[in-house]
Amino acid sequence: MSSHHLIAVVKRDCPTCAMVAPVLGQLAQRGVLTVYSQDDPGFPETVPGVADDTALDRSYELGIEIVPTLIRHRDGQEDSRAVGWNRAEWQALTGIDDLGHNLPENQPGCGALNQDPAKLRALKLRHGDTGLSARAIEIGGEEDDIEACYDRDWSDGLPVVPPTPERVLAMLEGTSRRPDEVLGEVAPNLDACTVEKVAINAVLAGCRPEYLPAVLAAVECILDRDFNLHGVLATTRFVSPVVIVNGPIARAIGMNAKGNALGQGNRANATIGRAVNLVVRNVGGGKPGGVDRSTLGSPGKYTYCFAEDEPGSAWTPFTVDRGLKAGTSAVTVFAGSGLQPVIDERGRTPEDLASTFANSLRAVDNINKFPAPDAMLVVCPEHERTINGGGWDKARLHAELMTRLTLPADEVMPGQNGIQEGASPKLAGKQVSKFLPHALMIVRAGGSAGKFSAIIAGFTPSTEHTSRPVTKEVKA
Amino acid sequence: MTTLLDPTAEREVAARTRVPRPASLEGLTVAVLDISKPRGDVFLDRLSERLGENGIAVKRYKKPTVTRPAPLELQQQIALEANIVVEGLAD
Repeated sequence: MSSHHLIAVVKRDCPTCAMVAPVLGQLAQRGVLTVYSQDDPGFPETVPGVADDTALDRSYELGIEIVPTLIRHRDGQEDSRAVGWNRAEWQALTGIDDLGHNLPENQPGCGALNQDPAKLRALKLRHGDTGLSARAIEIGGEEDDIEACYDRDWSDGLPVVPPTPERVLAMLEGTSRRPDEVLGEVAPNLDACTVEKVAINAVLAGCRPEYLPAVLAAVECILDRDFNLHGVLATTRFVSPVVIVNGPIARAIGMNAKGNALGQGNRANATIGRAVNLVVRNVGGGKPGGVDRSTLGSPGKYTYCFAEDEPGSAWTPFTVDRGLKAGTSAVTVFAGSGLQPVIDERGRTPEDLASTFANSLRAVDNINKFPAPDAMLVVCPEHERTINGGGWDKARLHAELMTRLTLPADEVMPGQNGIQEGASPKLAGKQVSKFLPHALMIVRAGGSAGKFSAIIAGFTPSTEHTSRPVTKEVKA
Repeated sequence: MTTLLDPTAEREVAARTRVPRPASLEGLTVAVLDISKPRGDVFLDRLSERLGENGIAVKRYKKPTVTRPAPLELQQQIALEANIVVEGLAD
């Protein structure tokens, strides 16, 4: 046994470590033991020359999870370890039969300090085990870190959270995906976007790590060819990515689908949508004055994100309309403009509300625009109740709206209604629909009080040449 | 020292760059800022004269005291009225 050496890792703040202190003393007397203490180099008093591992580097290198851990090295290589106290294991490992005969046969240990999440992140950074490859930028000692982010043009105008390596590592703990996984190329510059770059921008946006899977799914949506990010960004119109989150993840991360779902005050709603726009800005290089040529823009260009109120609705989730199973965690991104209120406090039947919705939807872009851009009708709980009370479901509502929004083209030709915009003269004598069949989307959200629904108008009628809404499942 | 990870596609150099020098002063307005150091005005008067002889628009400004940064109003006024600033930093 002369070629072996023992290593024990302990901490004072562990009753099992305190219990085995005499055993460690016994082993130290034989001159074959090095003890590393995680919290107090004065412990254990039974061992002379305890090694100070309060920085936890040795514990990290040894991969300690529990203290005490006893490790046997033979010819410089670990060949055995015992975790916690187990008399038979310690006796076998040391080859000493009378070890700890007065101690219980078995006592589990305590969690090792190097596994504390914040300490583990610092250790990974110190040991270069991060998997991170983004360029590190050193800022001056007296430079304010938030101002430094402004100076580098990383902000949408509001303060950002400085993306320190510690914060980015913590963010990446929100996903099992590798930091170097490439999600696609971000318009307009068409640079590759990795999971790591998304995580850095999610830090800037103020996300918590558990939001990252939703952010990644939303970024995958905008990078999908169908979404046509370049067009959405470059247009002089108002649109920006509207992010709708469905399924268990929305509730798990505390998203707001109820009162003020499209307003302020919920961190997940606010920061997921913001992170998507910061990816476009920072990775894609899409900025106002550059490729972003919007005439007026929209407050939605900061963030535009909400959850569907699945638990509060009798309707099938929006994800089912998008071809997924109910109960799927998924993100849909739609190129949308600002909110148009739809107020009807007097309608008592589904027919009443269908008339209100249809006439309001007809205003998308211009009452003479047939077909119009895609639109999302966000139905509030009180309106849903009226519709359900009349025996309609969501599919019936959709069908009734499409019927009400299909008109003789001659009624919406240029010049009709005193308006020079209008349907193509080629459609003369035919029926025209305001929306392509798949292009009118219905989502449920909002507070319990108020007969106030809303329309989010889209970019253009969605075809392969324009921008289509995209839905992606959220991956862990 | 704080380290930040770059959120961009890393097309630009990491260090912030200075605003590039203009190739010519033609059509630009030069702000000549006297920081109130003794006899700075002598030098700046001559400089302004020479710029004027070359047909370059010059506007003169003066800091109230050498010991403090220019007041915000003065900074904003110069930024709005001129394209380039010349200031003398020593006696």
